[in-house]
Amino acid sequence: MSLIRYAVVALVPATLAGLIYAVASGLGQSEVTAQRFVNLQEGASPHAGFRRAHAKGFCLAGDFESNGALASYTDAALFQQGQTPFVGRISIAGTNPTAPDMRSPVRSLALSFGTGDADSWRTAMNTPPVMAVATPEAFYAQLAALAPDPATGQRDPARIQAFFASHPETRAFLAWQKTYVPTQSFASERYHSINAFYLVNREGRRQAVRWAAVPAAPVANATPLDAENPQALQDEFMARLKQGPVVFDLVFSLAGTGDDENDPTVPWPETRPAISAGKLIIRATSAESAGNCKDINFDPLILPRGMAATLDPILRARSAAYAESYRRRARESL
Amino acid sequence: MPDLKPDMQPSDTYSRAARIMHWAMALLLFSLIFAGLAMVQSLQSWHLPLITLHKSFGILALILAVIRLVIRLTHVPPALPDNLSAAQQRGARGAHVLLYAAMFAMPLSGLLMQGAAGRPVEFFGLFTIPALLPVQLETYAVLRELHGWGAWGLIALVLLHITAALHHGLIRRDTVLRSML
Repeated sequence: MSLIRYAVVALVPATLAGLIYAVASGLGQSEVTAQRFVNLQEGASPHAGFRRAHAKGFCLAGDFESNGALASYTDAALFQQGQTPFVGRISIAGTNPTAPDMRSPVRSLALSFGTGDADSWRTAMNTPPVMAVATPEAFYAQLAALAPDPATGQRDPARIQAFFASHPETRAFLAWQKTYVPTQSFASERYHSINAFYLVNREGRRQAVRWAAVPAAPVANATPLDAENPQALQDEFMARLKQGPVVFDLVFSLAGTGDDENDPTVPWPETRPAISAGKLIIRATSAESAGNCKDINFDPLILPRGMAATLDPILRARSAAYAESYRRRARESL
Repeated sequence: MPDLKPDMQPSDTYSRAARIMHWAMALLLFSLIFAGLAMVQSLQSWHLPLITLHKSFGILALILAVIRLVIRLTHVPPALPDNLSAAQQRGARGAHVLLYAAMFAMPLSGLLMQGAAGRPVEFFGLFTIPALLPVQLETYAVLRELHGWGAWGLIALVLLHITAALHHGLIRRDTVLRSML
């Protein structure tokens, strides 16, 4: 009898410990976890202290001048008529914090409004208007296909081709890639939210939207950039800013019938209503350092009152992967 | 025997309030631990609602921990059995102090690390707790690691607590386990 009692004393905590260990090691998780995703992104030799994606960038400061045109769609404070300061970051895709500017296939503009109150908003916008894939599993497979072979250091074209052939949802992305010509300035790119979100108004009515930062006026370069200069785009932007602020329109596109707000691979028709919410006025830049945009995780799920997340699986996954990247570089900062 | 009023008599059991708080907290801590361990890995769509609930229940746990501490300090707990050695009594008291410390450290580090990352924390959609700290990567790093490793400390303490309680109830067969039932 006493043996049974001893067994209970041992087995109850042992079972609990086993269950906790199993959950901590991924019980119930899809094969692709935030940790595995970031492991794949950072590769064999991570750049300690840097973001695991878009490692190279610089900080911005400026103001958003809202014209109030979205006020009937959202009660977000920053979309009422008025001015809200922001900090931000312009970056290029890739894991290498010293990569040459002109080599990167993707550029991005990230913004952060407010810090930690209910009106805070973060958005990380990129040059492609759509995602290549619609799920974190497919995104993982895409990254794996694009990763260089550890033995040769080269990408495997056959593997890349096989990936895109087996993922027809990549069609719109590939079509964009074919026609996209990188510009000679960060100031002349269009930066897209890619994922859709909801604007929520006072009555609780939701409208699915995507948005883009679009140059407010045509931007011309006096001289073509020196592609060999690894800082070519950064230097150009700093020089441009000395002449005056860089201004983008923040243009919202409203989903119509038949548009799936949960699928980031399909562009919405050009005929959808587009509303300019106001002007993003970039007034200053600085190198990343403590106290500026370096401290910020541009998590697209930090949304103000008056905005809400869609069920887009990529959007949800972005947030979780950014959090893991943020934890890693935070730990490395100590 | 002096004629004591019933509620003044040294009791073998914890007060009803303390027992309710104990079992409510037990449920809450297990949900928070399992949600926490799962949500930091997930790339799935349930990640967002789970993390939102974890934060709300974490704030609730902090509120309950304060109430619990008040109950603990205003009610006389049952005495430990006489046949426990002085070392065991010290161990038991030390473990309980650590459990109380963890019940405060976990929600506080969680709440503060959100502040250091510039993230608002919502309480069941009722109100938003603004960031309590300036946004700073290093502060976030310290609090985030404290929260992560603190969870393992709390798990170890809870398992020790359960093992000791069962040992009292089933092997020693003294009053300790019964005092909380």
